[in-house]
Amino acid sequence: MCAVRAILRRLAFYLLAAWSAVTLNFFLPRMLPGSALQAVLSSIRSAPITPDELHALEAEYGAGNKSLLSQYATYISNLFHGDLGTSTSKSVPVTDILGTDLPWTIGLVGIATVIAFVLGTFLGVIAGWRRGGFLDTLLPVATFFQAIPYYILAFLLLMTMGYLWKWFPLGGGYDISRDSTVTPGWNGGFIGSVVDHGFLPVATIVLASIAGWILGMRNVMITTMDEDYVLVAAAKGLPRWRVVWVAGRNAILPSISSLALSVSLIVTGSIITEIVFSYPGLGLAMNNATLDADYPLMQGILLCVTFAVLVVNFLADIVYVILDPRARREA
Amino acid sequence: MSVVGVATAEPVGNAVAARRRKSRITKSPKIVVGASILAFFVFIAIFGPTLAPHSASWQASNSSAFAQPPSAKFWLGTDRQQHDILSQVLSGGRSTMVIAFVAGIVASILSILFGVTAGYMGGLVDEVLSIIANIFLALPGLLILMVVMKPLPAGDTDNPFLIGSVIALTAWAYGARVLRAQTLALRDQDYVESARIIGERRPRIIVSEILPNLLPILASSFIFTVIYGIGIYVVLSILGIINPAQASWGTMIQNAQGASAMISNDWWWYAPPALCVALLGIGLALLNFGIDEIVNPRVRSRRGSRRGVRFQLGLTPVVRAARPDSSSNLDIAAPVLEGES
Amino acid sequence: MADPVLEVRGLCVDYGLGADAVRAVTDADLVLRRGEVLGIAGESGSGKSTLAYALTRLLRAPGVITGGDVLFHSRSAETGETTTVDLLAAGAHELRRYRWSEIAVVFQSAMHALNPVARVENQLTDVLRVHRPQMSAQERRARAVEMLRMVGINADRLRSYPHELSGGMRQRVMIAMALILQPQIVIMDEPTTALDVVTQREILEELMALRDELGFAVIFITHDLSLLIELADSIAIMYAGRIVERAKAAELFHAPRHPYSLGLLSSFPSLHGERVRMEGIPGSPPSLAAMPDGCKFHPRCPHAMDRCRTQEPPLTRPTDEGGGRVTACWLQDGRQDPPEALARAYPPLATPSASAVGDLSRSTS
Repeated sequence: MCAVRAILRRLAFYLLAAWSAVTLNFFLPRMLPGSALQAVLSSIRSAPITPDELHALEAEYGAGNKSLLSQYATYISNLFHGDLGTSTSKSVPVTDILGTDLPWTIGLVGIATVIAFVLGTFLGVIAGWRRGGFLDTLLPVATFFQAIPYYILAFLLLMTMGYLWKWFPLGGGYDISRDSTVTPGWNGGFIGSVVDHGFLPVATIVLASIAGWILGMRNVMITTMDEDYVLVAAAKGLPRWRVVWVAGRNAILPSISSLALSVSLIVTGSIITEIVFSYPGLGLAMNNATLDADYPLMQGILLCVTFAVLVVNFLADIVYVILDPRARREA
Repeated sequence: MSVVGVATAEPVGNAVAARRRKSRITKSPKIVVGASILAFFVFIAIFGPTLAPHSASWQASNSSAFAQPPSAKFWLGTDRQQHDILSQVLSGGRSTMVIAFVAGIVASILSILFGVTAGYMGGLVDEVLSIIANIFLALPGLLILMVVMKPLPAGDTDNPFLIGSVIALTAWAYGARVLRAQTLALRDQDYVESARIIGERRPRIIVSEILPNLLPILASSFIFTVIYGIGIYVVLSILGIINPAQASWGTMIQNAQGASAMISNDWWWYAPPALCVALLGIGLALLNFGIDEIVNPRVRSRRGSRRGVRFQLGLTPVVRAARPDSSSNLDIAAPVLEGES
Repeated sequence: MADPVLEVRGLCVDYGLGADAVRAVTDADLVLRRGEVLGIAGESGSGKSTLAYALTRLLRAPGVITGGDVLFHSRSAETGETTTVDLLAAGAHELRRYRWSEIAVVFQSAMHALNPVARVENQLTDVLRVHRPQMSAQERRARAVEMLRMVGINADRLRSYPHELSGGMRQRVMIAMALILQPQIVIMDEPTTALDVVTQREILEELMALRDELGFAVIFITHDLSLLIELADSIAIMYAGRIVERAKAAELFHAPRHPYSLGLLSSFPSLHGERVRMEGIPGSPPSLAAMPDGCKFHPRCPHAMDRCRTQEPPLTRPTDEGGGRVTACWLQDGRQDPPEALARAYPPLATPSASAVGDLSRSTS
């Protein structure tokens, strides 16, 4: 089927992209100026890890006498075995840290993006349909939030709603110290605590990204409504919501493409947000790793996030192919 | 920051349209306000350090161990080390602005090189360049910058051109994609076609026929990159990944956070730099918004409802107004284009 | 003569509001009779499409209807009773009831008029779902198949998307869609302009055959007057937002009364009639924003008189005519003898053969 072929073609691209990311990750420390690499190696040597692990890490950062090619081969083979090295600050495998922190980040980015995309697209459809209406006057306000860099926005929210008005906790992903009955797990108290702690980080990402979805959808909606097939839907005497649906269904396609394009930007934003709110995801881990000069962990997180972005991109591509019959043919 | 909303432009080929565009620029309140905000910060970047009452590293000679709130002496108060906040804010903008603009310029050059070449050449060149751009688009720029910049020696992190260029490396791909799409559309325009037929050389066609029509998009993606550059630089300095010797807005916030200024509620310490960054971002976004509306007049908001008439698709309004004798058309003014009020 | 199904009286349409408004259609009067093909012809910008979309209230912003009446005399298929609706006074809900089920539209480009992301089947059956809620899914599907067959398309095309069809097939789907509810009126806006000549002819012939079978009335908008001469019963010629001449197709063809109609007729070669030199019309139509005084055609008119420059001629019956035709030209007010070309009689007094009128209209009316 054409659809399958279109998706396979995209898959080939993502495999290439994944290989590029892996290779980039390999060369990053080797591209640093010599003094910088020495700083990396000295931080590794002073880490509380076993001699074996130290040796492996030194080899990974090119300190051994092996050729570049064999280093690269070892690196790839380790990667396939799920070995990303050892964290020099925490003395545990990098993959363990990723395993605990990744779900928090996925939860944060996933929920925030779904809210921003769904709500933004919905508002954009309405703003495009009722052009010049109330939503059009609201749009510049939303754009302000988009223009404020993530860190500043998160910071201002934390300052006002956290410190000043004390509506929300100041950081962390959950709090089990305040109430001894609350224990991590699927129970009401814990989930309530997670929601409470997650509110401001989610709000930051939603505020920062929703204007883009509203504006993008509104503008595409306006140009789509100039299409004859939307007028045909009205001429057919379809109920108004069906006419809006015909326009919106077509107008959403560019938004799906944009979603794929902006995933890495959203993830960047969420990393910053996590740091501001001390949210226990990959962003915070990354910040701690940089403070501790824990290069294996930094690189592991970089690779993990890149892969996550590629996976989301691929999913967006599949959705696009499902939604647009023309995309199946252009394979 | 999400990246939708940079709409593709309809190519404008003639002088009349260009003139019309010029008058629209001065009439658009968004552009005027946005440009004023930007001009204000450019002014501060250039003259701020001279205007500042003290140097950024100057410390008031008193033995207080607390940050002092705004007073007649220190308009914006001091931090805990008795630095004058106003002086720091005035002199802390320069590095941020320079780095963001360097990032914008370098990224624009890269996006032209990749995007226009890919769009104009097509074929295998397009394929390869597009794949490179798409890979860069998927890489999380901030994380790469953290890994790369953390071990850099202090001398390098003080070099705004180096930092700006490295930031640009993670930011050019989106512009390249948009430029490629637009070049693809322009390539098939009649006037480009005719230039090709009369034997114009390829670089000349690109420079004189294609690039002028890409300017609005280029401006838009330049501004977008500058906003991105500001955000990234501020974050990198707040996180202590780069440690510029001179005070910058980012390092001011870092100091405030490090000294727990939030808990002691020393808002005058962290709020001024944070608001400067926010205001600069808003100014740039307004500018971008305004450019977008000029390039894409169809998406401007319509003001028909103000006259009590609502336009709805498939329900043409009927307005039976007493009007002068319809055979006389003297009262008729200029034609109304879609979207104009 | 059949009774009218649609009456348009004094329809005025503006683009824009208030001081910015320009008038696009001025005082248009039309009568469409049951089962008749009414052609509206004119150059682009003459207001013919504006008129057609305005009377269905489908005209896009910034179009505004500023005056007139549009009366739709709907005849129930079951009882045969006729009810009259003023489409300009109707609300959104009432309009929706008559749309497509009684008044359908075939757009110029089926490429753009079909929803690119919906299958042909959905685009055919969605109107059934809305207007015939009592139909089951199988009945809807069967009806869609029946309609496709009627326009010569295989049923397996139901699963296709518009981009998978050829241009001619898309326009056939559009026609099937327009006829699926058996409307009383079908408005066709240059329905074949986007197609090649051979497909164009095929589709028009099918369309006229379908009209004989189903008996709907057609408003056919085109810039191609030769096409209308062949298939229309009566023709309205528009210039600068005004109807300048309205007559039976044969009358208009053999004996035009307005210099503009004559100009249009001389701008294409006649297949059957005597050889005439192709002339066309010098100059171009005025812009809506800068209309000349008096008769809007006078700057291009070879017979313009002083009066034409200051006074606008009313749309009235030429003095030498007894029939239903009307024209807006001072030459025809009886104060002077019009030029010979604008004073021909129809039916011709001496020549026995009037066969120059197209075959299609003859065989179908």
